[in-house]
Amino acid sequence: MAARGSDSDDDLVTYGTGLEPLEEGERPKKPLPIQDQTVRDEKGRYKRFHGAFSGGFSAGYFNTVGSKEGWTPSTFISSRQNRADKAILGPEDFMDEEDLSEFGIAPKAIVTTDDFASKTKDRIREKARQLAAVAAPIPGATILDDLIAPAKLSIGFELLRKMGWREGQGIGPRVKRKPRRQKSVPGVKIYGCALPPTGSEGSEDDYDDDYLPDNVTFAPKDITPVDFTPKDNVHGLAYKGLDPQKALFGISEEHFNLFSDVAEGTSNLLGSIRPNKGRKLGISGQAFGVGALEEEDDDIYATEALSKYDTILKDEEPGDGLYGWTAPKQYKSRKESEKDIRYVGKILDGFSLASKPLSSKEIYPPPELPKDYRPIHYFRPVVIATSENSHLCQTLSESTGKILSDMSRQNRYQLNASKRGEMLGETPIQGSTTSILEFLSQKDKERINEMKRATEIKAAEIKAKALISKAWSNRFQPDSPDDAPYTQQLVLSGNVTAGRSSDFRPFAKDPEKQKRYEKYLGNIKQGQKDAVESCLDPKMTEWERGRERDEFVRAAMLYKPSSSSLSSRFTHAKLEDDTDQVEVPRDQENDVDDKLSAVKMKMFGKLTRDKFEWHPEKLLCKRFNIPDPYPDSTIVGLPKVKRDKYSVFNFLTVTESTTLSTTQVSNERAQQNHSRNKPRKPSRWDIPDQEEKKEDSISEFLSMARSEAEIQKQQLRPLVNNAEGSTMESSSTKVENDRADQKDEEGSRPSMDLFKAIFASSSDEKSSSSEEDESENEDSQADPGGSDPKSPKLSNLVETSSNIQVSAMVVNEPVPPVTLQKMQLDEREEFGPRLPPVFCPNARHKQEPVQQSSFLESHSKEKPKKNKEKRKTKKDHKHKKEKKKKHKKHKQKGKQKNKKTEKSSTSESVDSSDSQSDTEKVKDISPQELLRRLKRLPIIKK
Amino acid sequence: MAFPEPRPTKPELPRKSVRSLPCRQGAVRAVRFNVDGRYCLTCGSDKSLCLWSPLRGTLLRTYSGHGAEVLDAAGSFDNSRLCSGGSDRAVLFWDVASGQILRKFRGHAGKVNCVQFNEEATVIVSGSIDSSVRCWDCRSRRPDPVQILDEAKDGVSSVKLSDHEILAGSVDGRSRRYDLRMGELYADYVGSPITCVCFSKDGQCTLISSLDSSLRLLDKDTGELLGEYTGHKNREYKLDCCLSERDTHVVSASEDGHVYFWDLVEGTLALTLPVSHGVVQSLAFHPTEPCLLTASEGNVQCWREESFVAEDELPA
Repeated sequence: MAARGSDSDDDLVTYGTGLEPLEEGERPKKPLPIQDQTVRDEKGRYKRFHGAFSGGFSAGYFNTVGSKEGWTPSTFISSRQNRADKAILGPEDFMDEEDLSEFGIAPKAIVTTDDFASKTKDRIREKARQLAAVAAPIPGATILDDLIAPAKLSIGFELLRKMGWREGQGIGPRVKRKPRRQKSVPGVKIYGCALPPTGSEGSEDDYDDDYLPDNVTFAPKDITPVDFTPKDNVHGLAYKGLDPQKALFGISEEHFNLFSDVAEGTSNLLGSIRPNKGRKLGISGQAFGVGALEEEDDDIYATEALSKYDTILKDEEPGDGLYGWTAPKQYKSRKESEKDIRYVGKILDGFSLASKPLSSKEIYPPPELPKDYRPIHYFRPVVIATSENSHLCQTLSESTGKILSDMSRQNRYQLNASKRGEMLGETPIQGSTTSILEFLSQKDKERINEMKRATEIKAAEIKAKALISKAWSNRFQPDSPDDAPYTQQLVLSGNVTAGRSSDFRPFAKDPEKQKRYEKYLGNIKQGQKDAVESCLDPKMTEWERGRERDEFVRAAMLYKPSSSSLSSRFTHAKLEDDTDQVEVPRDQENDVDDKLSAVKMKMFGKLTRDKFEWHPEKLLCKRFNIPDPYPDSTIVGLPKVKRDKYSVFNFLTVTESTTLSTTQVSNERAQQNHSRNKPRKPSRWDIPDQEEKKEDSISEFLSMARSEAEIQKQQLRPLVNNAEGSTMESSSTKVENDRADQKDEEGSRPSMDLFKAIFASSSDEKSSSSEEDESENEDSQADPGGSDPKSPKLSNLVETSSNIQVSAMVVNEPVPPVTLQKMQLDEREEFGPRLPPVFCPNARHKQEPVQQSSFLESHSKEKPKKNKEKRKTKKDHKHKKEKKKKHKKHKQKGKQKNKKTEKSSTSESVDSSDSQSDTEKVKDISPQELLRRLKRLPIIKK
Repeated sequence: MAFPEPRPTKPELPRKSVRSLPCRQGAVRAVRFNVDGRYCLTCGSDKSLCLWSPLRGTLLRTYSGHGAEVLDAAGSFDNSRLCSGGSDRAVLFWDVASGQILRKFRGHAGKVNCVQFNEEATVIVSGSIDSSVRCWDCRSRRPDPVQILDEAKDGVSSVKLSDHEILAGSVDGRSRRYDLRMGELYADYVGSPITCVCFSKDGQCTLISSLDSSLRLLDKDTGELLGEYTGHKNREYKLDCCLSERDTHVVSASEDGHVYFWDLVEGTLALTLPVSHGVVQSLAFHPTEPCLLTASEGNVQCWREESFVAEDELPA
């Protein structure tokens, strides 16, 4: 622990320099727009660009030689005392600092000094050195230097020497010398562009060619290889950039002085440098004009000496066919056999010239047009010859000079062989008929057709029926005849209070339907058995009727006015909810049932996969560096469609049609269906004798907790009776509530909207400590979130989480039976997979793993032993405690068998539910229970 | 002369417990490697988030700021940022070096089960039991999520990201893959509440573990079942699964205190690694080496292959 602080500092590695943290509230500086940006040099002067194409630079002061104060020439002062000392100005004295910098024309970069350079210096330097030796005060001093200079060779030379190379030789394997092809006539100067020296032909003059023994090989010539670098810049041909070497020393071999040509040979030693004159000194290059230090204007361009031009036609072209091309000669010599190949340019690596010339494409002349051809096309109107327009046809055919046959020519390609044969007058061959139908008599054909139609209709009917029955069976309304009275009764007893339900006009869009629906409501009110059937439109198909029947029944139940108890718990949504349209996702994941079976059969793939169009948010795409797949769409998420809000279709599941909206309810339908097969869950509004009927199932379900269940039963009954006595309602309302409750219960998960409605307010608030926050939430859950009339799975969550408060506070609500609460409690704990329990002996904080319910947390620090004493104090207080206890138990038993958990939790929830009769309860804890609790205590303490 | 490619060595499985991290964080809800596997994060139920060097076993830093237990965390590609989510319904965005909370994203209505960064750490994607996946923008200062993916019908237990996909496993038994590039959503139904989803390293498959004690390897494009791995126990808790560093093995935690390794292709059980007596809740596999981190109850252990010799054990 002690080392931790230092460790954490040492081990952190930071890369790069962090940006200055922005001050709170300080705005980041706005970047300058491009037009306002200026280029300045390091001294802060504006940089001016000269000659955008030549890449020039700004010289001096505003392109003058002066300075800000004007042009100040160096003043010559010489007096008797102060003799003017001869200032030897180097080129550098006339250069700006920029020129000497890294990117200037004379960069002062680190270069190999002579001491470290190779022994073989370039000729220019050599000459300069000799020159210096001559001009030096002690002649030959540098020669002495040379003599005593250590032989320092670059490592490359050393290596080459070790490998047997000697100066003056070329590098490469030794070669046999070939006899020379042609001898250049000695003494004849070749003018124009000089041929590049080629490998074997360049300078063999030194060798005796006559004697060439076979076994003698020679080192290759020391030649610079022909440079094959392609031209990849955009400069003009033969453009050369500024060479600082030349710029400074003025050594340029290419520059010929037209007239000093002759002197070149004589003054060999001093000729090319002429430092005393300083002639070639200065910047020269094609990118620049005449330099200030250049004397001769005519020297600035690479002019050729006049004497180098031919004045007489001579037979000097050696017949190589190059005519001035400076390509390497070997191509020519190699390809001599193919005279007609004129390609003498560079050939790319890996390519060779074609041995055969491409056969030139023959180009045929276009066909000659007839004399009277007019390049205009008329479209002939297409007229199908019928009796009415036969006249027109005739005139048309006359005008075109063609006879439109009865069969219009346009149909030519639609004819089949037999028809063509017919047109030609052939007798059809019997065997060629394609269909067996053609052998049938007319009567038979008709019969077949009839049968076909009938089967189709039948199939459609069967399908529709199956659909209906499936829809029925999928829903909580079974279609089977024995269940029909039940539903009828439900609806009847549900007391659909027609007067009020007329406020809801679920089919307002379709007045006919609405009328039928109202009639149906009236029928129900009167208690007719066939309420639905009688009001349906007989003109409709079976399928439609089935559907409408279904709708009506559901609508009658859905759109009943909320009971007083329910309405007290919900307020209307703040947003205007009265629009008739509701947004429903266009595509819905279809039914789970067939998927489940597919999963069971392990047929993953198409059966288990749903694919939807999904629109990511534009910003999200941007953040993911992905182009927006739907750049034009304004939708985000799944595409939605507007639906009738009160259309029951929103809540119907028709499994076949995915286009129809099958809302989330579909899942719940399945579950409802599922739960229907099981013993019906008791709901809190069940009347006592119903409850008794169900006892068996409960106790069966909780066979382990038989004894506890017994207690529960005894306590429950008077309790419920009490509650009933206080809130005596008509039986019809009860059943109605029952329905509502069932719905609540069966809805597996609350919808997102509901979550939002509940949590939205509190989650907006700042809440750093979860415990307070969550307890607030518990409270807020108790207030009604928002009653959404369309959602049948109303507030499962609300119910579960606020169960305690509701049961305690809402007066007219009877006490919920045990099992219900238990289920709910279980549910609230398990939103999906739980987190494993923790027993952490070395936990730093002795804290219980966080639980979902904050009640529990807020009380978890209390010792459970105190529970008993405190139990008598407050009612709801005890509630919490009980629940907490239960919760803990749950945790501990995490790994125990399911049954056991269930048992214990029920027994516990028995306790909790019976809190109202708590005085009796305390005594009634079984000794085993006590024992168990005692056992658990140390663990909890830990 | 070309040398033949060296034969790929047989993948080794981590069998040897090299180090145990002295977490003292209560229950360790999740353990995660950073992007290159040099560091790891442990999410404790004591509201703290710790950064470790797992091989050396040193605690580098503790990040505290959550209001309730931390359930998941992730590190950014450049190791400079962290994100974490917890039972306090908040998603936190941390600076690694300073330990400060850069952003606090609130908006989930329930506890946040899982968090992930995208490739460039510009977006945090979090899944919560409120059945939504939210994408939070780390660049701008807006408090709302960039997008809410609320297609899930139940809590989202696991979220993974690739460069252009968001894979979310939900308790409603579906794993949904949002393909941003195609603009499509693929929902695969597995029938049982999903506890963990993973992409394979080649991005071709998804591994889905669910509460029916089985893992399924699905083809990403078609949704077809490529393999099913059973034998472990996962009935009630949210446990992790992952793939080994070269996709050769499927690894899953189990409620019986073991970690199970299956051969990915053959589907046979390759190794059962006894980790503890409690439930092994979280796993993390090193991105490049055969190194596994397990979190069981309050203990985090680091496992290496048999031939592994720790640096400090090497002769100097």
